[in-house]
Amino acid sequence: MTLLLQFLFSGLTTGSVYALVGIGFNIVYNSTSIINLAQGEFVVIGGLMMWFFLEGMQLPFTVSLSLTLLTAALIGLLMERLTIKPLLKKGDLLLMIMVTIAISILIRGILMFKFGKDPYTYPPFTEGEPINFYGAIITQQTLWVIGITAVCIVLLYLFFNKTMIGRAMKACSLDVRAARLMGINVSNIVMLSFIISAVIGAIGGIAITPISLMEYDKGAMLSVKGFCAAIMGGLGRSRGAVAGGFTLGILESLTAGYIHSGFKDAVALLIMLFILFVRPAGMFGKAEILKLRKF
Amino acid sequence: MRKIGRLLLFLLIFTALIFFSSTNSFCKEPYNIGAIFSVTGPASFLGEPEKNTVLMLVEQINKAGGINGHPLKVIIEDSKSDETQAVLAAKKLLEKDKVLAIIGPSTTGESMALVPIMTQAQTLLISAAAGANITQPVKERYWIFKTAQYDTSAVEAIYTYMKKQGINKVGIITITTGFGDAGRKALIEMAPKFGISIVADERYGPKDTDMTTQLVKIKSAGAQAVINWSVGPGQVIVTKNWHALKMGIPLYQSHGWGSKKNLELAGKAAEGVIAPLGRLVVWEKLPDKHPQKPILKKYVTEYEARYKSEPGTFGGHAYDALMMVVEALKNVGPDKKKIRDYIETKIKKWPGTGGIFNMSPNDHCGLDMTAFEMVIVKNGDWEILK
Repeated sequence: MTLLLQFLFSGLTTGSVYALVGIGFNIVYNSTSIINLAQGEFVVIGGLMMWFFLEGMQLPFTVSLSLTLLTAALIGLLMERLTIKPLLKKGDLLLMIMVTIAISILIRGILMFKFGKDPYTYPPFTEGEPINFYGAIITQQTLWVIGITAVCIVLLYLFFNKTMIGRAMKACSLDVRAARLMGINVSNIVMLSFIISAVIGAIGGIAITPISLMEYDKGAMLSVKGFCAAIMGGLGRSRGAVAGGFTLGILESLTAGYIHSGFKDAVALLIMLFILFVRPAGMFGKAEILKLRKF
Repeated sequence: MRKIGRLLLFLLIFTALIFFSSTNSFCKEPYNIGAIFSVTGPASFLGEPEKNTVLMLVEQINKAGGINGHPLKVIIEDSKSDETQAVLAAKKLLEKDKVLAIIGPSTTGESMALVPIMTQAQTLLISAAAGANITQPVKERYWIFKTAQYDTSAVEAIYTYMKKQGINKVGIITITTGFGDAGRKALIEMAPKFGISIVADERYGPKDTDMTTQLVKIKSAGAQAVINWSVGPGQVIVTKNWHALKMGIPLYQSHGWGSKKNLELAGKAAEGVIAPLGRLVVWEKLPDKHPQKPILKKYVTEYEARYKSEPGTFGGHAYDALMMVVEALKNVGPDKKKIRDYIETKIKKWPGTGGIFNMSPNDHCGLDMTAFEMVIVKNGDWEILK
């Protein structure tokens, strides 16, 4: 029982980051139908920039936090305005996905140039002894990661359902042409979606770095896992990305715990394939929507 | 135009330097030596300090008048951490530059790729990589030597220490890279010899973020100690998880643990971690009469002053390789066969950065477990265990 609890918490921690990356994928996907494969790099940007402001420049925590999120937002904005916007008119989805790969390589290169190949870390948000929860040991930072993810999910839900801009974004994801006819500025919505997904990725990076350290090339793996989470839950469904992320994290942890740690990536991916085999649209996706999608 | 101007200026300074520096030394033919390191690519953390070390040493040797009046010229090639590139670089060095010997490459895979080429060219290779296959079987490795300690020696050092502590059951956790695979193999193969049983054998990927699950499993399997075998962020994450879980059993790390950076990153969590480390990282703690101390002191302080970073054990492997060749050249001159024979038979009780080398026709590495000190982390610093 204690073991199971410990494995579950370990899975929830890694699953949180997968979920945040997955949500980022969905937001961009909904407004543009493209898969932004640079999504994982924003997690790295979050972790490394936070270190830069907090430890490198010795700024207070809240200032570092805002500056990091601002930097991530700015990079998201530049990425969209400089590369996606000019291409969106042509509508070549494959080309745009290639461009996001190029950007991820570019970001990785710049980060390596600036930070080198060493891993970085900073102290956890709150100092203190790990918590003993029915025999399972949970560090305080783990709770922060899970808590922050939960808050992000709630805020995004409110944003997409209760605010005008959020509803406009949702409208774009349902039908771009109809949204445009309703007077929604689609170009701005696309830009906003990149900014939001960049910020969410950065939040994940900021939260996870005290636990897992951050180095320049961690993004590629996170992109893959986050993408798995997104399609597992049903691409385009934010709820799906959350469920997918946590499922993937917990599956990995349980496989490592009960079968063997050497198989954990393989088994988790096999189960994902199985889910997609039974439900091609993912756990929460609808098959009818899938048919209408280009990707 | 400006570029040409700068080039001319550079040339002028260079010729001036030649004229004004120690007058007799540069009239003779230079001795050409090749070096192949993974300066870029995934193994660049090895290649970079190795290249820096060689550049520094060559400058020092030539400033001091070269080797018997001959200037030393080391041609450094970047293998980009790739076997094919390493082979191409070796061919270029042998055919175009007519080198007397080659030092490097940085990784085991690249070194293995060069074995047939060097054997055919009948030229000495001193590898800076650790794999046992590089120099074994020694009959088929007539021209091949290496300066990095065997993985098995590090395992031997750990197991010997564990026996003294009365530890019989261990759980191992290794990274799924070449380094981790080699370590895992050595750990499993050598355990029976020491009467140690491995009760858990866990793995993790190089980009994994949390190893709590694996550690909990090791604990519940009844291990009396954990051994982690990795380089990179993984070893810090394992240390942090081990500390947070309050496992109550000691954590042992591989010889890849020896970087101050790890202590900084792991902070308090690193207290009590034990590892077999080369003396390069703990040179300050060595007794003054230890034969390696003067060499290590000079090398580490000069390297740090010049490059503002620590050389690490890896830079040391290049140091030892180059200095062996230099010593051979000093004594037997530019003769490939004689250089090889000198290193095989005359490198005895030879203090280097990696340990005290004892080369012989049966051992082309010359190091054993005495090359390591068991080191514990105490108050954020290393402390040698007796």
